Amino acid sequence: MARIRFAKLLQHPVAKPLVFAAALSPFAWLAWAAFANALGANPAEALIRSTGDWTLRFLALTLAVTPLRVITGQNQLLRFRRMLGLFTFFYGTVHVLSYSGFDMGFYWGDIVRDIVKRPFILAGFSALLLMAPLAATSFNRAIRAMGAKRWQGLHRLIYVVAPVALLHFWWMRAGKNDFAEPAVYIAIIGVLLGWRVWRRWQDEMKGTRMKDSVPFIRSGSTRTT
Amino acid sequence: MLIRTDRGYTHPHSSEITPRAVYERRRDFLKLMAGGVAGVGLAGWATREALAATVAPGKLARLPGAASREPGAMAADPLTPYKDVTTYNNFYEFGTDKASPALKAGTLRTRPWTVSVEGAIAKPGVFGIEELLKLAPMEERIYRLRCVEGWSMVIPWVGFPLRELIKRVQPTGNAKFVQFVTLADERQMPGIRSRVLPWPYSEGLRLDEAMHPLTLLTFGLYGEVLPNQNGAPVRLVVPWKYGFKSAKSLAKIRFVESKPATSWETVGPQEYGFYSNVNPDVDHPRWSQASERRIGEDGLFQRKRRTELFNGYGPQVASLYAGMDLKKNF
Repeated sequence: MARIRFAKLLQHPVAKPLVFAAALSPFAWLAWAAFANALGANPAEALIRSTGDWTLRFLALTLAVTPLRVITGQNQLLRFRRMLGLFTFFYGTVHVLSYSGFDMGFYWGDIVRDIVKRPFILAGFSALLLMAPLAATSFNRAIRAMGAKRWQGLHRLIYVVAPVALLHFWWMRAGKNDFAEPAVYIAIIGVLLGWRVWRRWQDEMKGTRMKDSVPFIRSGSTRTT
Repeated sequence: MLIRTDRGYTHPHSSEITPRAVYERRRDFLKLMAGGVAGVGLAGWATREALAATVAPGKLARLPGAASREPGAMAADPLTPYKDVTTYNNFYEFGTDKASPALKAGTLRTRPWTVSVEGAIAKPGVFGIEELLKLAPMEERIYRLRCVEGWSMVIPWVGFPLRELIKRVQPTGNAKFVQFVTLADERQMPGIRSRVLPWPYSEGLRLDEAMHPLTLLTFGLYGEVLPNQNGAPVRLVVPWKYGFKSAKSLAKIRFVESKPATSWETVGPQEYGFYSNVNPDVDHPRWSQASERRIGEDGLFQRKRRTELFNGYGPQVASLYAGMDLKKNF
């Protein structure tokens, strides 16, 4: 019963707008705090750090959709995956813009030199670049135009993005020998990726081909299953 | 009906016309006024030498100091607000987040407090904090503080030159370096449980650096005793080096023959050198040191300001490093 009720909740027409508003609220808070001077003694550092944190959090949420869907059988969860993925890209972009603007004053020469010179910035920048094609092909027509297989192949790039983004955070904290926070993100995202490996291995043991999660197209349009 | 008809140019009464001699003195009057305003400003500037330039915030016990006469000791930069100075701290014994020392350092007990002064000296001993406070006259010094992380503050410290203590304990010929050791008590300092740094926190200076008149043994800021999060009850302040060289809450000062192992150099020898003089031309591997953000002053949309070699204290300290390759000895 509870399960069906929950599925109905997920399908409710306001579910998506609510999730959207919730996902946007950290950005709204940061933007307000930046103008209200409520970000503490070093607002630039606070903005750069928290947008980076939120990028990793949304990456973890996006990667959690499929395991949660399979484990709970709540297929409606898939409705939110694209939005969460796009928010990952959004916070990543705001993170890079905050660094470029508030730390580097939009001096592109300095930024390019910084990217080339410092491995941790190169890693972070690469992670965002690798996410760009995923964001660019996130709408239904792109999925149809590419075909589900190729689309899915491209979107597996997220399995590269995740470790590169974590490496960025790890290297950044290595300067201060302070790995407590990166370790938490590595553990969470590690479990989410590890679950996929485990499931694939299980399927192979059973001799069946794993049924991949399929691209989800907004209700009303044709599914590509 | 208020309709004015144009009656052409109306001449003023002759009594209303400013006499030529008077209006020609207009410029003299302006000069006089400008001089007066500047004079008031200069008077303020002059008293800065005589009185402490800061207003105590009234949070902790007063610890006044006479404005220092040491060359370079009174930076003219605007002070960083007390709130920023006391809530944005790197003091890993109370957590790695810069907000946590202000939240957690309440557990630090600063009385009774002793500093053990030992090693290659004629007169070793354990100094009680009250004894240290009376060792030499308190001075107020306005120093720029440049953190290795790329931000800076301007802080009115209260203390006396470390050399006053050094002279008293009489270093022997074997004393080449001075090691500064911070208290490491897990019960008072929750951050000690993390393995971020080897504890106790250890820093060091060459003896001549320690003897430099700008090297300050510090007991207060803003005319009051040090807040716990800023390294109470006694800390070091070395204004031409990155902030982490200025060890806080000192428990031990040791005079040694060879270069002491410092905490940060032990953790990352490529990133944190023994000297760690502020130097815009030697990058930290993870970020450039060419510029800095002045806390509380530089807005979010402002370009960071240029960092000066030796944090601007070159005229006073550059001679300590004459002939040294500062890139190699970073």
